[in-house]
Amino acid sequence: MTNHWVDIKNADLVLIMGGNAAEAHICGFKWVQEAKHVRRAKLVVVDPRFTRSAAVADFYAPIRAGTDIAFLAGVINYLLENDKLQHEYVNAYTNAAFLIDPDYGFEDGLFTGYNAEKRSYDKATWRYQMGEDGFAKVDPTLQDPNCVFQLMKKHFARYDADAVSNITGTPKDAFLKVCEMIAECSAPDRVMTILYALGWTQHSVGSQNIRTMAMIQLLLGNMGMPGGGINALRGHANVQGVTDMCPFTANLPGYLSAPTERDATAEAYVAARTTKPLRPGQMNFYGNFPKWWVSLMKTWYGDAATAENGWAYDWLPKPDGSYDVLAMFERMHQGRMNGFFCQGFNPLASVAHKGKVSAALAKLKYLVVMDPLATDTSEFWKNYGEYNDVDPRQIQTEVFRLPAELFAEHEGSFTNSGRVIQWHWKAADGPGETRGDLEIIAQLYTRLRDLYAKEGGALPDPVLNLTWPYRQPTRPSADEVAREVSGRALRDLTDAAGNVVVKAGDQLAGFAQLRDDGSTASGNWIYCGSYSQAGNLTARRDNSDPSGLGQTLNWGFAWPANRRIIYNRASCDPSGKPWDPKRALLRWTGTAWGGNDVPDMRPNAAPEEGVGPFIMNAEGVARLFAPGMIEGPFPEHYEPFETPLARNPLHPDKPEVTSNPAARVYKGDMELFGKADEFPYVATTYRLAEHFHFWTKTSVINAVLQPEHFVEISEELAAEKGIGKGDVVKVRSNRGEIKAVAVVTKRIPVLQVDGRKVHTVGIPLHYGFKGETKPGYITNTLTPFVGDANSQTPEYKAFLVDIEKA
Amino acid sequence: MHVSRRGFFKVCAAGMTGSSLATMGFAPTAVLAEVRQYKLAHATETRSICPYCSVSCGTLVYSMGDKSRNAKARIFHIEGDPDNPVNRGSLCPKGAGLLDMVHSPLRLTHPEVREPGSNQWKRISWDEAFDRIARHMKADRDANFVDKNDAGLTVNRWTTTGFLASSAASNEPSYLSIKVMRALGVVAIDTQARI
Ligand code: SF4
Repeated sequence: MTNHWVDIKNADLVLIMGGNAAEAHICGFKWVQEAKHVRRAKLVVVDPRFTRSAAVADFYAPIRAGTDIAFLAGVINYLLENDKLQHEYVNAYTNAAFLIDPDYGFEDGLFTGYNAEKRSYDKATWRYQMGEDGFAKVDPTLQDPNCVFQLMKKHFARYDADAVSNITGTPKDAFLKVCEMIAECSAPDRVMTILYALGWTQHSVGSQNIRTMAMIQLLLGNMGMPGGGINALRGHANVQGVTDMCPFTANLPGYLSAPTERDATAEAYVAARTTKPLRPGQMNFYGNFPKWWVSLMKTWYGDAATAENGWAYDWLPKPDGSYDVLAMFERMHQGRMNGFFCQGFNPLASVAHKGKVSAALAKLKYLVVMDPLATDTSEFWKNYGEYNDVDPRQIQTEVFRLPAELFAEHEGSFTNSGRVIQWHWKAADGPGETRGDLEIIAQLYTRLRDLYAKEGGALPDPVLNLTWPYRQPTRPSADEVAREVSGRALRDLTDAAGNVVVKAGDQLAGFAQLRDDGSTASGNWIYCGSYSQAGNLTARRDNSDPSGLGQTLNWGFAWPANRRIIYNRASCDPSGKPWDPKRALLRWTGTAWGGNDVPDMRPNAAPEEGVGPFIMNAEGVARLFAPGMIEGPFPEHYEPFETPLARNPLHPDKPEVTSNPAARVYKGDMELFGKADEFPYVATTYRLAEHFHFWTKTSVINAVLQPEHFVEISEELAAEKGIGKGDVVKVRSNRGEIKAVAVVTKRIPVLQVDGRKVHTVGIPLHYGFKGETKPGYITNTLTPFVGDANSQTPEYKAFLVDIEKA
Repeated sequence: MHVSRRGFFKVCAAGMTGSSLATMGFAPTAVLAEVRQYKLAHATETRSICPYCSVSCGTLVYSMGDKSRNAKARIFHIEGDPDNPVNRGSLCPKGAGLLDMVHSPLRLTHPEVREPGSNQWKRISWDEAFDRIARHMKADRDANFVDKNDAGLTVNRWTTTGFLASSAASNEPSYLSIKVMRALGVVAIDTQARI
């Protein structure tokens, strides 16, 4: 979230799309209710199902799963056509005025530079025109035909209300009603918030779904505003914190881009990531990359990381390709992996195409499952009849299952999706011989280290030199690790005048103190300052809220820098006055920025200096045109890989742009995409109020509340197929089939799309063969093995099935 | 006498007894003669967080046993933390069932191994588990570690063992796992956050 849970109460309009907060984020949803009751805010829900969020909405619009970009692009077109923009904001805080390379273009669903064979783009023309002064060229009048604003107008003009309704199945009047409600928030004192979750990310165009919405929020001037922003509600309690630590091939902690085979030396690696300002006077915060990275390397390798050896650059692995979870299972399936660790993760149930995942796990030599509970994955080799029909004798994988502690059995910190890091304490030991994750990792590491010290082996150096300063080497405490993540001074730090500002060994106050000369250490720069000399700030429990805006600045610690709303400089006009004085977050006091949040701006940057609020961008402004995206600098509607239409209504005669032309599809998976003639119904997976993923099925009470796998269909489809309430049905995709009980409801709209009727089948995902619930099939037996082009999040939310009475 | 809910616990902790005070509206002094003591009054209250969804609601975890040397704490009640600014004391149907997860019949209590081709689990000690896993890791790493790529560039990667990190783990083990995996040269690292 750019904002946070309590801040939702400051909104005038709440849009829930690509999520269902009333059932999936229930205690967060209360802030929507608060906004409705106290501010008289309106709630709009756009969803393929009439969810419980929709049930309490002021307005609900149905939509076909997988067509959110068309809907939102239509909103952008509406705002531009009807001149419902916050002009001053757009001009000052976005790249609307920037000039783009005249060779950039878009035709028939493709941007310039497409390579069909590689399914990827050469982005050479997706760039700014650069002036002789070394800065990007701009046209503040927004009239130049190559400026972002004009290109944007042209790009979205195709998305008129008829085109949108034809693609999405949303009735035209309902679409226009939503447009009108959104457009009201272009006034500087009206703010919309958007709450989305996996309903947007789990598509082959997931990242662009979110980007399209971000563009709307920029055009309305809602980014940085209390009650505004782009708010990803997200998954697990610590999904945000774990993401921040970056267990990803492509990133080091704090989202630092990790080295690749293209970065031959430390200097080249650092230089390629240290940006230069694209406009005069901008903060260009990524210019600080060397400080963050060197501080990380000093944390990990201590004295062994020196300026001479490029801070031990050689010891960082350089991957030979992608290793996201789909890529990993693809490699495993090809027999290219031997070992695998699942730490509190149940991939057999939660990764797409269970059949492929199961076959892949069977090719491993060893599998290690660390979990407090018996998961389906840990028993992938065991025969559970029709639910997991395998032959253990044929599976040679050696499987270890290590009992881990649950949340209440150890201390540590969780980061909620509002970026607030909160400490939790230990209430009791786990049962039996359970041990904490810290100890399990430390035991494995110290044993390996001893083996390498004794026997040698492949490159022992990074293993032997890894810093391990914990009092009990096999049992590091959460407190010690939290200090390390935050960071400390390795030598006395002095200011320009030579005064010591931080003593050697002291915890740092924040990332502004990090240096690139090896004198500071921080395991994750964005968490720097969360454990300062004042102590563990994540454990703070002062919930006072003097501003009434819900900021609670002394509760826990929000990254970055305890800032609760990021981009908050944009909540003020260019002269430094709040756009909405009744909702004032910050203001320029004449000498500094101050107010009810930690300013996202150099504290003494006077408004006249023109320092832009989007400090992480070298432009200083937000990008309406974003060349970083894989499939285009502007969003475009592409059909899901399994589409009920067999064509993209925007480009009916261009089969290569039916679905995302730049999404990665593996050989064998392309052939497994189902076609509408055999699998005529759109399926979408979803979550229930009573269950959390594949986890609560191990709890008796949750199993009692929602005991059995079901699928949800409309009365019309039920009648067509002769399915009665409570019948057992068989749902098939081109990858497998499941059986479940039919729940026939009025909650699933039947839509008219591109001249035909489209039915939707809703499939909750919480069931499996291990649990207190009735044994069931794993929903992801059905889902396709393809991900979003940018994030590789699998397309769980839109695929094709057939359904019949079992 | 007005006693807030948590104020009431403080009163109890100070040595007064009382069970049905809240429901009967009696002042603490009026219930000294009651028979059954209020269980929460003797509990240790620990602040924690619901590990399910990303609202990360504050919870109060009540356990019996005061954590002294001979006592083994046992969790018997979990409720929303009224101080937490986000959930203000509430929990949803997922979080309200947390106690059943803590005491789930599916909790794992000791390390186990399923040998190749076998149809069952075999109980092993932690020592055996750690030693066997470390041996597997070292054998795989030593056999498959790539120090240079075809172009002669130092790449120092280990591609044949992968690590999937939980989104339910706390920040500290998550960080430590990554620190160790990177040092070993593991490149196949991903997390639930992606999906
Ligand atoms: S109690 Fe419910 S809303 Fe709160 S964190 Fe747990 S699952 Fe989420």
